[in-house]
Amino acid sequence: MDITVNILLTIATAATPLLIAAIGELVVERSGVLNLGVEGMMIMGAVGGFGAGYLTGSPWIGLLAAIALGAVFSLLFAVMTLSLATNQVATGLSLTLLGLGLSGMMGTSFVGQPGARLPNLDIPGLTAIPVIGRLLFGQDPIFYISIALTAAVMWFLFKTRTGLTLRSIGDSHTSAHALGIQVIRYRYLAVIFGGACAGLAGGHLSLVYTPQWVENMTAGRGWIALALVVFASWRPWRVLAGAYIFGAVWIGQLHAQAFGIPVPSQLLSSLPYLATIVVLVLISRNKRLTMMNTPASLGQPFVPDR
Amino acid sequence: MKKLLIALMTAAAALSLAATAEAQEKLKACWVYTGPIGDFGYSYQHDQGRLDVEKALGDKVETAYLENVSEGPDADRAFERLAREGCKIIFGTSFGFMDPEVKVAKKFPDVMFEHATGYKTAENLGIYNARFYEGRYILGQIAAKQSKSGVAGYIVSFPIPEVVMGINSFMLGAQSIKPDFKAKIVWVNSWFDPGKEADAAKALFDQGADIIVQHTDSTAPLQVAEERGLQGFGQSSDMIKFAPKAQLTSIVDDWGPYYIGRVKAALDGTWKPGNVWLGIKDGAVKMAPYTNMPDDVKAMAEATEKKIIDGWNPFTGPIAKQDGTPWLKDGEVADDATLLGMNFYVKGVDDKLPQ
Repeated sequence: MDITVNILLTIATAATPLLIAAIGELVVERSGVLNLGVEGMMIMGAVGGFGAGYLTGSPWIGLLAAIALGAVFSLLFAVMTLSLATNQVATGLSLTLLGLGLSGMMGTSFVGQPGARLPNLDIPGLTAIPVIGRLLFGQDPIFYISIALTAAVMWFLFKTRTGLTLRSIGDSHTSAHALGIQVIRYRYLAVIFGGACAGLAGGHLSLVYTPQWVENMTAGRGWIALALVVFASWRPWRVLAGAYIFGAVWIGQLHAQAFGIPVPSQLLSSLPYLATIVVLVLISRNKRLTMMNTPASLGQPFVPDR
Repeated sequence: MKKLLIALMTAAAALSLAATAEAQEKLKACWVYTGPIGDFGYSYQHDQGRLDVEKALGDKVETAYLENVSEGPDADRAFERLAREGCKIIFGTSFGFMDPEVKVAKKFPDVMFEHATGYKTAENLGIYNARFYEGRYILGQIAAKQSKSGVAGYIVSFPIPEVVMGINSFMLGAQSIKPDFKAKIVWVNSWFDPGKEADAAKALFDQGADIIVQHTDSTAPLQVAEERGLQGFGQSSDMIKFAPKAQLTSIVDDWGPYYIGRVKAALDGTWKPGNVWLGIKDGAVKMAPYTNMPDDVKAMAEATEKKIIDGWNPFTGPIAKQDGTPWLKDGEVADDATLLGMNFYVKGVDDKLPQ
């Protein structure tokens, strides 16, 4: 039983950064903006979170710094693509490249230093309950944030008026503009929210997952998050499912190897990607519904006429 | 504004003139790394070697490096770019740079090339390597003494000879203490992915291993060991700061002396493509202080280290292959060529080698 709990906890840790980054990007894309800079914002969050935690000794300050740095970094993207109407794909890619380089430079003095780790939740009485205690009441704080965030985004997008407005902008910025909605302002806020989420996901890496700073420590997780959003056809609960399927197969294949199952390790390593895509494509096989969920003006620059 | 621009341009021109004047006098030595220099592991240690060169020969040599260069065809461009930019001696530090380096070396006969951990040479391409397997034998012995469950978890990157050699040497060391010692092996198909390495360590611990060994480059597995109150070994650099209670020792790479020697040879014009394989006795492979173990285990490790310095090779027979067929006769020592091309397991390894 203990091993099952351990495996589930490991899966949650692996899935959490993907889920947070993907939920943030989902809101951005629902507003019609494609930000390919997730990896860059995530690594900025990771270096900021580690740095602040290391310098102040408080992982909580690190957590806030990770969110702040991700948000500030995404502002760069917002100014370029929204105010200056640059190409979103190119700007997003350069944001990733810039983030990877800049974080490496900022983090030079953190290399080889052990940092601060966010403590796991520990509620007297509850955490000690066998099996469910550690699963429900004994995980790291960012895990709970990720679940709450997913629920909040679902509620916001589909149950509030502002959420409806945001989605309408993503579907047709021209119509929304004609209705007097301030397209650019909404998009600015969405992009910054996405940046804050990516930063938080990066902070999870350097404050919980592997409490250290090393260059490139995101190792492509930003790209996985981006793919999750598309394959989940822009639905939050599917992003959650996708992140956890990915995490489960990812951890499962490591266990399979340790157990000595005679399957080539290269195949096992590619399984998480294959499995996630297959499952999400199956969930999204209804073409009409998928079309309805796809933000129609995704990636198109918008310049309001004055 | 215009004046400022002109002033800036003049300054820039003067600077670039100064730079070229200097470049003509100084020899340019360059490095290509597969990971980031901030990995605090393999690439970090190579870069420390580069810095040693700067320290020792800084008045005659300027250095440059490219990091995060992926292995395979992409590497061609990296080596070619450095050769075109005037590098006179270029060190490629990863196994996967072998074929790209052979190709680029042919194109630039006047440039001196050096490749670490491979086996192909050319008229202007030498190879160098460190006998990390010597250290891994010691790790195996310590693991067998320290482990309570009799099972070690072994995290590995790619099935290349260097890694296979390491697993074999580790197992031989462990079996010399506990003949039925087991290692669970997980391939993560990456040299550097802290998250994945941490997950692999957790999986191995969950399945009953209580000592972690890695042939990947980050400190993440040791951190997991520290969190769980178990033990493990560092990799490439001394990682004791990350795991003060968990690290038993670490195989530390020290490339500095070799790099200084080679760049000096390039300066004197005495450089010739070499084929060297440096070990503990040359100081290229060092063992971090033996910590978190009882005195008798420490004494045993030190004795083995001494034996290796005195010339003993861990691959000394009798050794059988995984399927039980004999490989080395009693007292026979494996030759370097076989080791450098090693593609089979020794007896007792509980894994199927990915092909």
